[in-house]
Amino acid sequence: MSEGYEEQRHHLLLRIAHWAQALAILIMVGSGWRIYNQEPIFPFRFPVELTLGGGIKQTLSRNNDPGVANAIAWHFAGMWLLLGAFLLFLAYGFVSGHFRRSYVPVGPKSFLRDFIAAATFRLPHTLGVYNHVQRALYIGVLIAVLMMLVSGLAVWKPVQLAWLTALMGGFQGARIVHFLFMAAIVGFLAVHVALVALVPKTLQSMVLGRARALPHGHAAPAGE
Amino acid sequence: MEHDLERRRLLRGGLSLGALTLLTGCDISDGDAVQRALAAVSRWNDRVQAALFSGTRLAPEFDEKLAVKNFRYNAWYPADKAPKLDADTYRLKLAGLIETKKPWTVQELYALPQASQVTRHVCVEGWNMIGKWTGTPLRVFLQRVGADTSARYVGYECADGYYEGMDMATALHPQTFMAFKLSDEILPRKHGYPFKLRIPTKLGFKNPKWVTTIFVTNTQPHGFWPDRGYNWFSGS
Repeated sequence: MSEGYEEQRHHLLLRIAHWAQALAILIMVGSGWRIYNQEPIFPFRFPVELTLGGGIKQTLSRNNDPGVANAIAWHFAGMWLLLGAFLLFLAYGFVSGHFRRSYVPVGPKSFLRDFIAAATFRLPHTLGVYNHVQRALYIGVLIAVLMMLVSGLAVWKPVQLAWLTALMGGFQGARIVHFLFMAAIVGFLAVHVALVALVPKTLQSMVLGRARALPHGHAAPAGE
Repeated sequence: MEHDLERRRLLRGGLSLGALTLLTGCDISDGDAVQRALAAVSRWNDRVQAALFSGTRLAPEFDEKLAVKNFRYNAWYPADKAPKLDADTYRLKLAGLIETKKPWTVQELYALPQASQVTRHVCVEGWNMIGKWTGTPLRVFLQRVGADTSARYVGYECADGYYEGMDMATALHPQTFMAFKLSDEILPRKHGYPFKLRIPTKLGFKNPKWVTTIFVTNTQPHGFWPDRGYNWFSGS
């Protein structure tokens, strides 16, 4: 075994669900930004280079359409990938005990403690153990994805699911909810990717399924 | 030689699939293989939406005070280029699986029994507007002209070259109207005089203006925007 080493293992199902969600989120955000640009909610548009939906000049000259048709096609294909990957992630997390073992407990006190430690660069990263800021963020982003699916349904089906749309304050309300949770997910993504860059071993375990590291401030155990 | 070409085509297919994961924008979206895959998912989404659709569930109705008077004009050309139809020469043509195909004059249309609805128009672009429309449920009209309502689709053509269509379930929905008035006024030229189809269970582009032909068919009618990549069913 690997005594003395920290180790992180990720089951194949979890890795598939993780990367499928990552891909789906890129598709959904990229195409969503193109759709948003056609009728902005707030007084700004997203840089078109960051959006998904094909060449704008091409579709404008061919179809009188600035790639919105294409962006919508991506969006309504990506939603199935996102839904499937999200459900797989949840099913795996609950059934395997991954959530129970790694995501809880977490509370405001411990969150604040770890947050202050992280902000002052005194929070050691232990491979395979999630600190309480991480836990809160992972739970939070899962809730955000759920809210994207729910608010997306409210925008897509304001008649068939009129009660859901009404719950979000009407059609425009549902659009705003959809936008805000998108912003939350993009914010999470920025923090998540930055932290992975700081602890690259976590990327290794999420790709290969397994990573080991020496604990902070410890030399390699003898014999290894 | 032929084998080599085939292999190269396969390689290219593989490359474009690989490029999918890179998400570099333009190149992926414009590839034919990707377009075909997206179109296939869009057809699947048509079926999902048809299954979600209820012929009896009504679109929310609003207080008349919320109806916008100055309704937004929307088309791929400016309002002053909108068709100008003459009440004397206008005829609504009927075609397909309809018993009585006699064309209808504006006077005859406007003499049909009428009702009003204050519903939300939702545009595929993301904007929405509540309006008050007055007219005849399309179902009443279809029954009157002896349309085969067991057929699958109703299609329509417009004076500006626009064309669209819908599933029969939507055509028979109680809120699917031949709308003759907007905000209690005869439909202005830019909003589709002499009439438009008002379908609150569909996105705005499925609500055609300046309708000149209605036909009943078992073949899915083409749509102007669906032919340009938008989802065909586009239900709300």
